[in-house]
Amino acid sequence: MIAVELRKLFRRPRTWVTIGLLNALPVLVAVLLAVTDLAPRPGEGPVFLSAVLTNGTLYPLAALAIVLPLFLPIAVALIAGDSVAGEAQSGTLRYLLARPAGRTRLLVAKLLSVFAFVLVTVVVVAAVGYLVGQLLFDVQPIGATIGGAGGTTGLSGTTLTPADIVGRTLLAIGYVTVSMLGVAAFALFFSTLTDSPLVAMLGALGILVASSLLFTLDAASSIAPYLPTRYWLAFVDFFRVPILWRDVVRGLALQGVYVAVLLGAAWANFTTKDVTS
Amino acid sequence: MRAGDVYGFLGANGSGKTTTVRMLLGLVLPTKGEVQLLGEPMPKAARRVLPRVGALVEGPAHYGHLSGRANLALMDAAGPGGSRRTRKARIDTVLEQVGLSGVGRKPVKAYSLGMRQRLGLAAALLRRPELLVLDEPTNGLDPQGIHEVRDLLLDLHRSGTTVFLSSHLLAEVEQLCSRVGVLDRGRLVLQDQLATLTAPTGATVVETPDPQRVRAALDGRVLELGAGRAVVRGEDPAEVNAALVAAGVPVTGLRLQRPTLEEVVLAAASTSADRVDAPGERSRR
Repeated sequence: MIAVELRKLFRRPRTWVTIGLLNALPVLVAVLLAVTDLAPRPGEGPVFLSAVLTNGTLYPLAALAIVLPLFLPIAVALIAGDSVAGEAQSGTLRYLLARPAGRTRLLVAKLLSVFAFVLVTVVVVAAVGYLVGQLLFDVQPIGATIGGAGGTTGLSGTTLTPADIVGRTLLAIGYVTVSMLGVAAFALFFSTLTDSPLVAMLGALGILVASSLLFTLDAASSIAPYLPTRYWLAFVDFFRVPILWRDVVRGLALQGVYVAVLLGAAWANFTTKDVTS
Repeated sequence: MRAGDVYGFLGANGSGKTTTVRMLLGLVLPTKGEVQLLGEPMPKAARRVLPRVGALVEGPAHYGHLSGRANLALMDAAGPGGSRRTRKARIDTVLEQVGLSGVGRKPVKAYSLGMRQRLGLAAALLRRPELLVLDEPTNGLDPQGIHEVRDLLLDLHRSGTTVFLSSHLLAEVEQLCSRVGVLDRGRLVLQDQLATLTAPTGATVVETPDPQRVRAALDGRVLELGAGRAVVRGEDPAEVNAALVAAGVPVTGLRLQRPTLEEVVLAAASTSADRVDAPGERSRR
């Protein structure tokens, strides 16, 4: 069943178009930076971007930071929102269930294929970022200087070995993937509620927009720690010396709770609902 | 319904045919009562029972970007009871059965409505089911295609498949089914052998240019007079004919009166459920 879902997902042209488009923006940014040599000043623009001109090794992280606020969640919400509602809309859901695929099995398979999509997407963004970084920017093999990845890090001058950078980049990829699983869980839950993939996707995005907006509001500071997007950018903390674990751990725990609750709700809803599509 | 039947499940739009079919397949969960399929409770035994059932519910549905073959393979792999070893051979067989063997690698989104319907039927046949549950299987087919599907279903029935055919096309049911059930507003109002339902009524229909003279010739036996026809009591058309000819009445046609399935269904069921009258209107009709 899981193999079937993976085949469905990755044999669908749309999946690859989505991943391709997702990479277009970081590549464009890299080309513009390389051509004009005009990096944003430290503390402005997406994190890590100010540092890439001097060290292309950091471009995978810059690429993730560029797509993280909007494009990555859109892609994840698109695929996760489509997972059940898309089958309902096309009518294939009734044939899958009458096959019988089993409702819990089908949901688990959908879930795992969405997870696979998230992982593949994040890895591809990082990989393309790596290639672009190697091709377009100076690469400093040893003693890379991490120049202020945004004013918040304030790590100018601290050196990391290439092995360090690789390890921490992998940690960051893992962290971004977990953050996106929260988005996927929202979209999957909505996907079991409606027969319209569009509604499911917009529902999940609506939550994220609301969360980002509340995060900037002082009056909402009491609920800020529980907002799903609160710790998204904490992957930056992997590049502090030493690694600042506090926000990372909180972010993981928060996403874990969201994923568990939403998947539970999705399961409860999907296994008891009348399929009339 | 009984094993070995070709069962025609009739009812107006909105009478509950599709909901019943969905309950049989475990898609809709009954709020009250229980559903049995092949002697097992649904949806509890779904994993055991449904692989033995082939279904076509409310039109076919496929993944448009994949070929027909890939669609069949994917659905077969999605549940129990479809051996991977025999998959290719089974797909070839069913594609031939439904007349799509030459369809090639074209994606389903390029198929015509009739081809999709055939592919849906192929998917239902893929695991040689004991029971076929078909909801409007000839939807979208041209007369040629309807004829082919009818022959295919009769063939399958001869080789032991039980067929449950839900339809509002009375002609289709009349030509295929041995047993009929009529659903009206969610209740089964009639269920019997088709032959019993449409058995002769004991009257003979006489076609004649001069119906009035029939009344004169067969006084007291005339049940109904119409333009160009008369209905006369009598189970033997030959005897009625002899009596009329002896009286010099011109007869152009003669047959036993049988209720059509349409008349039976209309008599059993009330108005169509998609008709929405104002309160009190129905009692005046």
